Amino acid sequence: MSFIGKGLLGLRDWVDDRFPLMQLWNDHMGSYYAPKNFNFWYYFGALSLVVLVIQIVTGIWLVMNYKPDAASAFASVEYIMRDVEWGWLIRYMHSTGASFFFIVVYLHMFRALLYGSYKQPRELIWILGMFLYLSLMAEAFFGYLLPWGQMSFWGAQVITSLFGAVPVVGEQLAELIRGDYVISDITLNRFFSFHVIALPFAIAGLVVLHIIALHEVGSNNPDGVEIKKLKDKDGKPLDGIPFHPYYTVKDSVGVVVFLMIFAGVVFFAPEMGGYFIEDNNFIPADPMKTPLHIAPVWYFTPFYSILRANTFDFFGVPGKLWGVIFMGLGTMVFFLMPWLDRSPVKSIRYRGVIYKTALATFVVSFLVLGYLGTLPVTENRTLAAQIFTVVYFLFFILMPLYTKWDKTKPVPERVTH
Amino acid sequence: MSETAVDLDRRRFLTGTAAIIGGIGAATAAVPFIASFQPSARAKAIGAPVEADISAIEPGQRVTFKWRGKPVWVLRRTPEQVEALKAGGTLRDPESAESEQPEFAKNAWRSSKPEFLVLVGVCTHLGCSPSFRPLPDGEVGPDWKGGFYCPCHGSKFDLAGRVFAGVPAPMNMAVPPYKFLSDTRILIGESDGGST
Repeated sequence: MSFIGKGLLGLRDWVDDRFPLMQLWNDHMGSYYAPKNFNFWYYFGALSLVVLVIQIVTGIWLVMNYKPDAASAFASVEYIMRDVEWGWLIRYMHSTGASFFFIVVYLHMFRALLYGSYKQPRELIWILGMFLYLSLMAEAFFGYLLPWGQMSFWGAQVITSLFGAVPVVGEQLAELIRGDYVISDITLNRFFSFHVIALPFAIAGLVVLHIIALHEVGSNNPDGVEIKKLKDKDGKPLDGIPFHPYYTVKDSVGVVVFLMIFAGVVFFAPEMGGYFIEDNNFIPADPMKTPLHIAPVWYFTPFYSILRANTFDFFGVPGKLWGVIFMGLGTMVFFLMPWLDRSPVKSIRYRGVIYKTALATFVVSFLVLGYLGTLPVTENRTLAAQIFTVVYFLFFILMPLYTKWDKTKPVPERVTH
Repeated sequence: MSETAVDLDRRRFLTGTAAIIGGIGAATAAVPFIASFQPSARAKAIGAPVEADISAIEPGQRVTFKWRGKPVWVLRRTPEQVEALKAGGTLRDPESAESEQPEFAKNAWRSSKPEFLVLVGVCTHLGCSPSFRPLPDGEVGPDWKGGFYCPCHGSKFDLAGRVFAGVPAPMNMAVPPYKFLSDTRILIGESDGGST
């Protein structure tokens, strides 16, 4: 062995005597056994980590030139775009990264719905993941105010006003969040603080917890079979392979393909026709004038549709409050998945036609609500949003029943591939 | 090492009281941090009344002024528009029983002089600023007679800022306190009944 190689090994051993370096490596990489039948859907966890790194690095660079001040914020973003060396690239990576974060996270969550990854014994992984999703939504919302364009301003105005719908203390609550009677310089400053300090810390911490919980119980797989049940004489799962080098190499391929697509968008369609950066956000914020058509960025539109679908009062509660309640429930209801799903099997491969139909209907309603949320309201669209809001919630409300009635197929002992 | 046996009751008592006192201390320490979220003294001071010149407003025209960072509209209604307000239509709260306005504006036209409407231009749903659509407009609805239309979530108001039924907004738009200083000037933010 070369002189340098010996030196490095010596250094490793020196550290290992003082810090559980090799133990951490083996627990999470070298001897972490993952099912050998991972498919395409298993790329998105690793990819969301890649996007997180992109967002943190580009974010650090953006803060070097951005000014969190209502008088100069808009101009400082234009300064980054025009005058800062490579500023356009760093800014577009960050804005595109925000949308890609939601793309990979939605696909990652859909994977869990396909293969029952939220089911016992992985409830806590799912709950931590839901907290991550909520933190990500908050992070995106706070970040969207920072360019101080028209959509930044009015989007923040609408979302902070949601809290005003809470009975009795609502108005004070909205004022507490804004720090003012309207969205102002004060609001911009505090949202900047949340966006660059508070939520990144929370997200990083939750990612660590999510992964620790995952590596404690082990990954699910497309067959929904527990690989820890059958082990060889050395105690290694028969259907498992070490995460490193098998999945580090597989994920590297996924990362390369992902970065190709990501770069394509950054270079050729960073605004994505107004879906990633909305047209109105190229106009500086004007507190006197709401743009004729406002909509949130695409990743919030399903919930936005649910919000505005509530146009009538019932049980003496105004439609405005119902809108806020249902929008909140629409996101929170995912927390209950592990207990709503009563099916004896995990994977869609061994579920019956009822669950498959229900899941497909849910995906359609999510997409239709998302599409409607990007459009201005008309009477017919409101009616459609109301129908699909009902469908959306029926997926969850009826789940304990139809997952029990569903005719499942026998699950094999070992994974198939 | 102590020779005496461990007194478990004493230990539980000390742990319990330390936890309670420590918890109270932590909760008290949180107060300034939460209170710091409230509007600052400077933010509160910006709410002074604003004077507005309304002499140049043509009948049927709407002009926007800024008060407390919010748009305040002054609309000079034509006699036909004032007349049309009496018909009402499918309004949610035509008498303005639940809405926010000075006492003198609790009427069908929601103003002191029927000709002039002074309104906080903020939708009571989620705070967008509705657009002024004084003419029949198929885009808003087949039986639209003119009023304010909120583009955010489709709430509709008539030319007195009264909300129609079946839209997300729960209340009529707010009328701010105001008073006429002369025939051509008004003061927004203060009325003879007192300021807010």
